[in-house]
Amino acid sequence: MNPTLAAVEAGLRRGWIELRQTLTNAQDLWNYVFLPAVFLVVMYFLRGKTVPGTDFSLGTMSIPSVIGMQVAFGGLLILATLLVIEREDGTLLRAKATPNGMVGYLVGKIFATSGMSLISVAIILVPGAFLFSGMQLDSFDAWLTLTWVLLLGLVATMPMGAVLGSLVPGPRSLGIVMVPVMGLVATSGIFYPIGGFPVWLQWIGQAFPIYWLGLGMRSALLPESMAAAEIGESWRHLETVGVLGLWAVVGLILAPIVLRRMARRESGSRVAERREQAMQRNPF
Amino acid sequence: MMSELGGLHRSGGGMGEEAVIDVRGLRMRYGSVDVLRGVEFVARRGEVLVLLGPNGAGKTTTIEILEGFRMRSAGEVRVLGVDPARGDEAWRARVGVVLQSWRDHGKWRVRELLAHLGKYYAPYGTAERKRPYDVDELIRTVGLGEQAEKKISSLSGGQRRRMDVAIGIVGRPELLFLDEPTAGFDPHARREFHDLVHRLADLEDTTILLTTHDLDEAEKLADRILILAGGTIIADGSADQLSRRMSTKSEVKWSRDGQSFVHSDADSTRFVRELFGQYGEAISDLEVRPASLEDAYISLVREFEGGREDLAAREFEEVVR
Repeated sequence: MNPTLAAVEAGLRRGWIELRQTLTNAQDLWNYVFLPAVFLVVMYFLRGKTVPGTDFSLGTMSIPSVIGMQVAFGGLLILATLLVIEREDGTLLRAKATPNGMVGYLVGKIFATSGMSLISVAIILVPGAFLFSGMQLDSFDAWLTLTWVLLLGLVATMPMGAVLGSLVPGPRSLGIVMVPVMGLVATSGIFYPIGGFPVWLQWIGQAFPIYWLGLGMRSALLPESMAAAEIGESWRHLETVGVLGLWAVVGLILAPIVLRRMARRESGSRVAERREQAMQRNPF
Repeated sequence: MMSELGGLHRSGGGMGEEAVIDVRGLRMRYGSVDVLRGVEFVARRGEVLVLLGPNGAGKTTTIEILEGFRMRSAGEVRVLGVDPARGDEAWRARVGVVLQSWRDHGKWRVRELLAHLGKYYAPYGTAERKRPYDVDELIRTVGLGEQAEKKISSLSGGQRRRMDVAIGIVGRPELLFLDEPTAGFDPHARREFHDLVHRLADLEDTTILLTTHDLDEAEKLADRILILAGGTIIADGSADQLSRRMSTKSEVKWSRDGQSFVHSDADSTRFVRELFGQYGEAISDLEVRPASLEDAYISLVREFEGGREDLAAREFEEVVR
């Protein structure tokens, strides 16, 4: 068998095993459920409020928006976090010591991260469908749009997540990444339409994938009439594909370069160094 | 930058047998510090080489360069006939590296991870060297039979290190690197590990390069010992050869008229001959203990460092003057 193909196959299996592991331990399950549960409760109380200029429920509007955000988080933050942690603990070095191990590792990571994103989408969508009225879940078009936005979103965010994960020096620096991302959420129209925000703030939001993923998911799940509440009073599918596509292209160019540079620098003594540092911080 | 000598491939130095590791003039410089300054040695098929040396002598740096995990500053290095800085995946499949695990793959089960990692090696198997190792056989070999279905995070320290060894040899490597493999082992685990190393070298014809701080271990395992100090190999030979080469004094013990005596002498044979010549049958309980590897190691390193200190002192004096 072709060695690369064998590694891809092993990688898929690896992704499946790791995805399954996230469903069988309390810590990971808690990570899946905690934030969505908070969102759903808050949004449920906001269901009486309406989107400005319409009589549509703000709570219902934010369900697809949060789904879009979850996809962006999955691609960017989950992948970056896993990469940083697994570089520190030596998982990556093991992959490097194995023939075609990095191929298998990355295929596995892409598979597992996609699966985890899918699960976090479902965790919002399924209860959301029961708790909120006004979403269009019975049309083929809705699911078609949801699918392509989801796939494009993963392709747009995962390479960037890999770049981020390669550049962040260690787990304790992850907070530095989280803060601006949270700020970005506020200007991305997830919980409130940004049409009324200052124009420069709108531009910042629209430069990043979170806004477009939210918009794309709203276009999939909300009635056609709700497009009126968006910038340009349209779902702007062309622009969505354009911006997300651009992120994907830039990410796919950068990711291999940055990943290779990071992997090249890994060695046993680097892992040992980090282990000693970690031990000094919390000796037990 | 690396030297471009790599284009001229040299065979195993006319030694008849193919060299598995061939290192010449290896230098490594970090900033303005020379960690390795001209390391040279050769390892042949099936040999167990132990690299000894004080902390900071460059043992780990040397091993990491040979593993292909670190770029060198200069020198020619061949590992299985390939420059490790340019080793491809097929080369990688022939090399085993035992890494010190920390908390990676904690959620994986022992058998699951070994079976998984083995898959990457399958395409590189040959008729005489089937890859990977059979998982159950491997688990038995390293003595993790009872832990096969356990999560790796639940293993004890010693079990984890055995898991590291299992991962290192899952691809049935022709060459195995072990950097301080028995650190933190209890005596029993250490003994089992030594048996495993012997088995790998004898039955699998695996060439093994390991570092350790335990001289007793070095003596038990090594076909040949290399002592690395100050960035060069200052001694290369079997434990016996090294002990003898240092011509350190042997210890002679005997008793005469119910009294015990001890004497250290460089030429113990001559001393014992004279002893018998003088006292004859009055001598009993004679014991001659040759210098141990530990004695040889300590004096070699001390001699070397002493030489360097002299040099440093002279340089210092020159600066002062």
